Formats: sequence, C-alpha cells, structure tokens
Amino acid sequence: MSLFALTIAELREKLRTGEVSAREVTQALLNRIQAVDGKLNAYLWLNPDDALAQAERVDAKSDKLLAGIPIAVKDVLNVDGQPCTCASKILKGYTSVYDAQVITRLKQEGAIILGRTNMDEFAMGSSTENSSWGVTRNPWDLERIPGGSSGGSAACVAGDEAIASLGSDTGGSIRQPAAVTGCVGLKPTYGRVSRYGLVAFASSLDQIGPFTKTVADAATMLRVIAGHDDRDSTSVPRPVPQYSIAGGVKGLRLGLPKEYFIPGMDREVEAAVRAAIRQLGSLGAEIVEISLPHTEYAVAVYYLIATAEASANLARFDGVRYGARVRGEDVIDTYGKTRGAGFGPEVKRRIILGTYALSAGYYDAYYLRAQKVRTLIRQDFEKAFQKCDAIVTPTTAEPAFKIGEKSADPLKMYLCDIFTISCNLAGNCGISVPCGFAGKLPVGLQILGKAFDEETILRVAQAYEQSTDWHKQRPVL
Amino acid sequence: MDFEAVIGLEVHVQLKTRTKIFCGCATDFGAEPNTRVCPVCLGYPGVLPVMNEEAIRKTILAGLMIGCDITRHSKWDRKNYFYPDMPKNYQISQYDLPLCLGGKVGAVGVTRIHLEEDVAKSFHFATNSGVDFNRAGTPLMEIVSEPDMRTPEDAFNYLTALKEILVTGGVSDCDMEKGQLRCDCNVSVRPVGQVTFGEKIEIKNMNSISGVKRALEYEIPRQINALKRGEKLQQETRRWDDDDGKTFLMRTKEYAHDYRYFPEPDLMPVVVDDTMLAEIRRQLPELPEARRHRFVAQYGLPDYDAGVLVANGALANFFEQAAGKNPKAAANWIMTVSEITTTPIQPEHITELVAAIDAGQISGKQGKDVFAEMLAAGKPPALIIKEKGLAQVSDTGAIEAFAEQAIAANPKSVADFRAGNKAALNALVGQVMKLSKGKANPQLVSSVLAKKLQGS
Amino acid sequence: MPDVDINHVAHLARIELTDAEKVKFSAQLKDMLAYVDQLSRVDVTGVEPTAHAIPLTNVLRKDEIRPSIATERILKNAPESARDLFIVPKIVE
Repeated sequence: MSLFALTIAELREKLRTGEVSAREVTQALLNRIQAVDGKLNAYLWLNPDDALAQAERVDAKSDKLLAGIPIAVKDVLNVDGQPCTCASKILKGYTSVYDAQVITRLKQEGAIILGRTNMDEFAMGSSTENSSWGVTRNPWDLERIPGGSSGGSAACVAGDEAIASLGSDTGGSIRQPAAVTGCVGLKPTYGRVSRYGLVAFASSLDQIGPFTKTVADAATMLRVIAGHDDRDSTSVPRPVPQYSIAGGVKGLRLGLPKEYFIPGMDREVEAAVRAAIRQLGSLGAEIVEISLPHTEYAVAVYYLIATAEASANLARFDGVRYGARVRGEDVIDTYGKTRGAGFGPEVKRRIILGTYALSAGYYDAYYLRAQKVRTLIRQDFEKAFQKCDAIVTPTTAEPAFKIGEKSADPLKMYLCDIFTISCNLAGNCGISVPCGFAGKLPVGLQILGKAFDEETILRVAQAYEQSTDWHKQRPVL
Repeated sequence: MDFEAVIGLEVHVQLKTRTKIFCGCATDFGAEPNTRVCPVCLGYPGVLPVMNEEAIRKTILAGLMIGCDITRHSKWDRKNYFYPDMPKNYQISQYDLPLCLGGKVGAVGVTRIHLEEDVAKSFHFATNSGVDFNRAGTPLMEIVSEPDMRTPEDAFNYLTALKEILVTGGVSDCDMEKGQLRCDCNVSVRPVGQVTFGEKIEIKNMNSISGVKRALEYEIPRQINALKRGEKLQQETRRWDDDDGKTFLMRTKEYAHDYRYFPEPDLMPVVVDDTMLAEIRRQLPELPEARRHRFVAQYGLPDYDAGVLVANGALANFFEQAAGKNPKAAANWIMTVSEITTTPIQPEHITELVAAIDAGQISGKQGKDVFAEMLAAGKPPALIIKEKGLAQVSDTGAIEAFAEQAIAANPKSVADFRAGNKAALNALVGQVMKLSKGKANPQLVSSVLAKKLQGS
Repeated sequence: MPDVDINHVAHLARIELTDAEKVKFSAQLKDMLAYVDQLSRVDVTGVEPTAHAIPLTNVLRKDEIRPSIATERILKNAPESARDLFIVPKIVE
C-alpha cells in the first residue's frame, strides 16, 4: 500500500522501526498532492521545501505521538511565518507572527505541518463554495461539494493528500464535511482544546478538532491537541485522559432522539444510519428512545448567536494593521471600501444579520432571546444524558450535494447543519464516522457525548468502525 | 430668570499595573512607538484576552475607598465601534454588571466604576494619521458620577478629591501630563427651581482638572445665553479647545453611536468572594478625610493645617514622622517646605529643631536660620547650631556675671525699674544680651535680672 | 416584522454595499428575520441566557511582563506605515 494511504498508527509503526523515513513519507504526500490536488483543490498553500526541511529535522524514531506524520491545517489557524487568509481576500498579504496553541502542540509531538487547506471564507458555510480561492471538490464525486466549512481539511484526508488534518467546528464544520467525504471528524467539548490562534468566527461555539481516517487516529490527535492553555480563558483546566477507545459498547445506553429523523430526509442516508444503530445494538449497546424537544429552534438560535459574535469578531479586519486595504477619502470611507471589497457575499450577509440582531431596539427580541433558547437546548441534553451515555444520530440529512445546488438560497444552506448545530450550542462533544453509502456517496453516523466525555464517544465510534469496513473504502482519483 | 447648571463627570483613570489588561506588554509611558505591543493588544486574527488580576483588584480597591458596593458577580461586554485607535474595533468593557456601584466623593454621588481597555494614541498629520498602539490595552477605570454638581468649582473640587483618593490608594498616579486621568463632562442648564434636567451636552477632550473648570466656565454661560436668546438646546457632543478657550460642536444626537453591547464570550465572569474582598480590604489605606479628622484629634492641629498636610500624602507622612512633642510647631515648619519628596531634610531633624527651640537652646529667630541651613544642606540641626555657635547660654553663673556688669553700668535704668517702670528692665536685658554676644537665653536673663534688682 | 434600513446596518458594520447587494441583502435579511421569528413562540419565562458553554469563573493572570514583539515584524504586515506608526487616511470625527 502506498505510504500516503496509511493511517497515523500504521505510519508511526513504520517510522519508529525505521522501515521508512519522515522524508519518504512527506515526499509521498507531496507527490500525491501534486497528482490529485488539481482535481480537488483542497490546499490553499503549500511549501514543499519547508515540509521536507521539517521532515529532516524530526526524530521519527522517537516516542512522540506524531513524529514524522504530515498533517494539513485549515487556513483559519495561525502558523508563525505562514499566510493565514481564512479563504478571504481581506487577509491577503497577512503573515502570521505566532503559532496557534494547537500548532505548538503538533510541533512538540513531531508532526510535519504540510500545508493549509481550503474552507468557506471565515468558516461561514457548509460547502466550501464560499472560499475566495475556488471551490474544493468531493473526492467521491468531483461534481459535488466536500461539505464545509472545513471542506479542504476533509477532502485532503479523504483523498489521501494528508494523513490527518485539523479543522474547526462552529456549527458542524468538522462533522458535516467528515460525513460527506467518508472520514472521521471529531468536535471536542468546548474548552477542551485551546482556541488561541484560531481566527474566531463565533467565539462561544468554535472548537478545533481533527479529521482522520480512523477513530484510533482521532483519539491520538485529540491527545495531542487537548489540554489547558493559559492564553485562552475559556480553556478548561482538566487533565487530558489517555482516551482508551477499546472496551466496546456492551452495557452502554445509546440515546436515539426522535427529533433527528425528519421528513424529507434522504432515504438512503436514513437507512444507513438506522442500520448502523442496529449494528451498535447487536454489539451490545442498549438503544433508548430520547427527546431533544428544542432541536427545531437550533438553527434559528445558532444564526443569531453566531452572526452576532461574528459581527464583532470580524470588525478587526479593517485594513489598518494587516491585510488588504482599499483606500478611500478618509478613514471611515476606507473601512467601508476595504470591507466591501475584502469580504465575500456570505460573510457580508452574516455580518449584516449579526449587526442587526445586536442593534439598538432589537437586542432583547433577537440576541437575548436566542441566548435563552440556547439554555433550553443545553438543558435538553442534560436531561437526555440522564437516560443515556451517548446519543446517536445522522450527521447530515442528505449526502454531498452538487456544487451550486444551494448557492441561491442561504436559508436552505443553513439547514444543512440541522443535526450538528445543537452540539455546539450545548458545548458538548461529537464525532462523525463513516457508516455506509447513499449511492456512491459516503454517509456519516454522528455520536454525541457529554461535556468532556470524548472517551465514551470514541469508544462507541471505535466499536462500530471495527465491526464494519466502511472506513477502508477509498475514492478513486 | 435665573439658571443653574447640572454637571456630571465621567473620569477615565489608567490603573497603575505593570502590564496591560489582557496581555503581558509593559504599560510604561514614553517608549518608542509600537514597541509595547503583541498580537493580543494589536487585535491580530486568532488572539484571545486574559484578564490581569491586578487590574480587577485595583478597581475594587478604588471602589472600596469611594464607598461603593462591590458587585459579587461581574462580567465583561463588547462595546462595538470602529476607530483606528481601537485594535479590535470593539472595546472590552463592562455594561450592566460593573465591578463597583454607588459611592460618594465628598457630597458628589458616584454611580458606578467599571474596568475597560484604553485605546491607542493617534497622531494627526497634514494628509493622514499615524497610530501608536503602545497605550492600547492599558487598564482603564471609568468612574461615572451622579449629576450632583452645579458649578465649575464643584467639578474642580470633585476631581481634586477623587485624584487625591486614587493616588493615596496607589490605584493610579493620575498624572495628567501622561494622560493617566482624563475626563468627559455632561452639562445642562435649567431655570432655578425646575426639577427636570435640560438638554444634556457632553464635552470631551479636557486634559486637566483646571481644564474642566475652564471648559465649564465657558460652556455654562454659553448655554444660559442661548436659552435667554430664546434658542433651543439639543443633545450633542462638543469638544473643548483649551487654546481657544471655547467648545465646538462635534456631533449631534442623530449621529450618536449604537454600541451594540453584548457579553464578551472570550472572558469568563468574575466572582468576588469574601476572601478576595477581605484581602483587598487589608490594602485599604486611610482615606484623606479620615486622616484629616485624625490629625486634628490626635495631634491637636487646626483644621487648616490638617487640610494642607493631608492634601499632599507625602507631606502628611512626613509630618507623622516629625510630629514629636509639639506637633503644631512641627506642622508650621513642614508646611513651608515646597518639595517634600525631594527635600534633604529628614523628619527627625524637624523634631530636633522644634525641641531645641522649646528647650530654649536657641531662639525662635535663630530657629529660622537653622531651618534655612537644614533646607540648603540637609544637616541635622544640632550640627548647624554647633557649627554656627548658636547655642544659647543658659548657664546661670555666666548670666549672673553679665547681669551684675549691666546693673553696675546702667544706674539710670536700675533706678527707673525700682521706681516702678517695668519697661526699664528691657534695656538691662538688652545690655546682657549684648555682653553675651546674643547667646544668652533672654527669658533666663530677665528672671536673673528681676531677681537681682528686687532682692537688693 | 420590523423595518430593515439596510444603509444604516451596513454603515454600522462599515461595509460599503453596491446597490444590487443592498436589494439582495435586505430581502435575505428579511427572510432570515422571518425564519428566526419562530423563537418568539418559545416560552422563555424565567430562563437565564447562556453566554458561555462552560461554567468557569475568575480566569485571571498575574501582572507579569512578557516580551513584546519586534516593531519591524508587525509593521511588515501593515498596509502602510511610517516613522514606526501605522498610517491611516485622515481621521475625521
């Protein structure tokens, strides 16, 4: 098997024993990217010389968790000396002057930072069509989207252009693209992974997480990036467990929320997810019916809170200290022109909604009310987790759609995140694992866990993965 | 019709911390442009704020000194507005749960004190502007007063007292030259007797306490005259130009900001528990007003002296070390020292000087010379008295000898005294002083002479 | 449904919109507001708002100086700079 097609676990074994070198692995990935990225457009930025230099420096025989493993990062994470555009024209010319905490951790564990991946501009979108630098394509069907906003990070793992990657998840931006590209995507609990160095979209919802080919690799990545960081006030000072994923599901209660099987759902997606849940039952899990009654309000709550926070978070992109500037007559005119030209339509749309929701006279009706309903959604989960150890749902209601299919109607696009959004609002953790196909398109099973209980969802995901072959299916490129 | 003004003040005070509010950059004044900056205080993509504990403690300390209620559960909010001196284009501030509520400075009520971040400094050139972000992120306390002041003097006195409190507590140096204390003013006028307020006009850009007074001295008659002319005033923001001595319109109400406050997701709330509050209370210095009362009660000083000394914390500290057995006399000397922090005089030297005079070792007049020498050279008074040979002769034997000499040489004065002219004694005292070359203790001389004249 | 003054919102957000964008965004904003209006159906009496997903308090740092960044590095990112200052078009109040 080609080196680029291997997992972290498989490659670590070969690197540790000296069967292959970090340089060979890195070169294999670079060759693969050279061969297929013209089709996928997963990468926005690559520096092969720098990647190979990192490979030369690393001691791949060490016990470090990621020694010699090439990893791609979403263009929303700061890496000292690299660009970081968030797929936006407004950050053209900006060079990071510091490392995000997750990058520091990757470097400490010997990872090779391979390149930067495409995304929806400022992580706003569900298809990666909102990138200023062109759409990324789904490796399973080049006419279709790879999901979003971390579409590049998903596509590069699914297409074997990286061994693993990092993305960010504000409303499903890791789990949804993982589902539609057939890889594993983990959104850790809010506060589990430092956000320092992640360009903020919605600060109270954002969390960094990995894309991997297997559940075991996801656990390894989480061990590396999780942990307290005193530069992020929302990072929780809790020890990081070993994330032992063996142990199976026997005796675990898995909740099945009735609100997550909706009319209009893709029939094949529903069939695949139901089959997966039966499979977990046959592995010894107890399936219990639960209810998350405020699910129907999640999208509305999310679009008020996320856009309001974004309207402030994105105010700093003004062409004064960094990034692109379109000079106007005076400073106010310059702001308007810079931001008018620098932001794409989806970003403008969301800033406008968020600004409106916070403006005088509307705060109570929109933002404050959304925060209160957020409390109800959180309480739904608290109650549900009294009855079960984890919750199983579809990750998406349909497989990857065609490029351009939903571009005309923003609301239709927003509803793509209907199954993933509640988890961010509640702040708990979630993972998507491949669970079959709708035609030739991958389908994802979502497993949601209690806050800081990544171990349980990884355990469930591992038990399921090991009892199926879905994760071994690769797209032909 | 008579009019009166209603004045409220919003005072911004930079806290005396080593580092900025959300990052470890130093807050020292006067560094080269953009050398006290990092990704956090420059609002770089991806950075996060982390609250400086000392900024919170100093704000609470200020609140306790002003008699505020300390909010036990306080939080942070984003105040959104675009300006090149504001790196994130929102300011992290406190909206509905400030750290301190209520309180009083003298007779003026304090509405609230909240903590926020300072902005950068802009320089305006012919065709563009330049921004230095060194100041951006300095912890800034905003103290909002009630509209309790009526005259420019009220405002002046409030600001002076507030400054005195904050300096005493070590909360801020309040150095206005360095922009550490800045003030916005809300002023309206109304006919005397009217209960409702007139149209509130905000004045910005006053850089000194006396500047606030000058601005109000201009603005209040301007508003009154406008009303007298039958004009209608409207809510607006004006800028004070200290050089011109006038206020100018900046913006009217329809251009007022919509700050779109919302809770800061990047910072967790602050819970001030009993332990934290007790710790801060222990740092509480004696407040100026309490100290004034104590100076009167403990040292028997007149109110005036206590006021002068306490107004300058260093002067008051110096006095307490020098008070000795005659605090009033010590205070008299100390109040003449203009630069107490740089004077070479040590407090114990004042104690010695007062004691030397009280013991009759030197005269009060000589004391002045000794004091002048102390100010100039910083030597202890004993040394100066010795070097100058100023010690008074209090040796009765020597004085008796001089007295006999004087009586023998001035029969007329002796006769006058014995005839009942008490003033004649002064002439004899003068003779003895002359003979002793001024060193004899004049009181001792009088009593020796009187005894001798009455006795023989 | 409240009126949408797209010019005012765009000005608050400091985003210059083309006329076509104004037409499109005000229609879409109205659609979104109509959609989120479903929240008015939820009974939120006595419900506390959630601002943070986790219950931390008093996350504070010591008042200790950390090194600042070299001026050249940050000015390199600036669209315009001179005399070690970030240069912006004239600030008008």
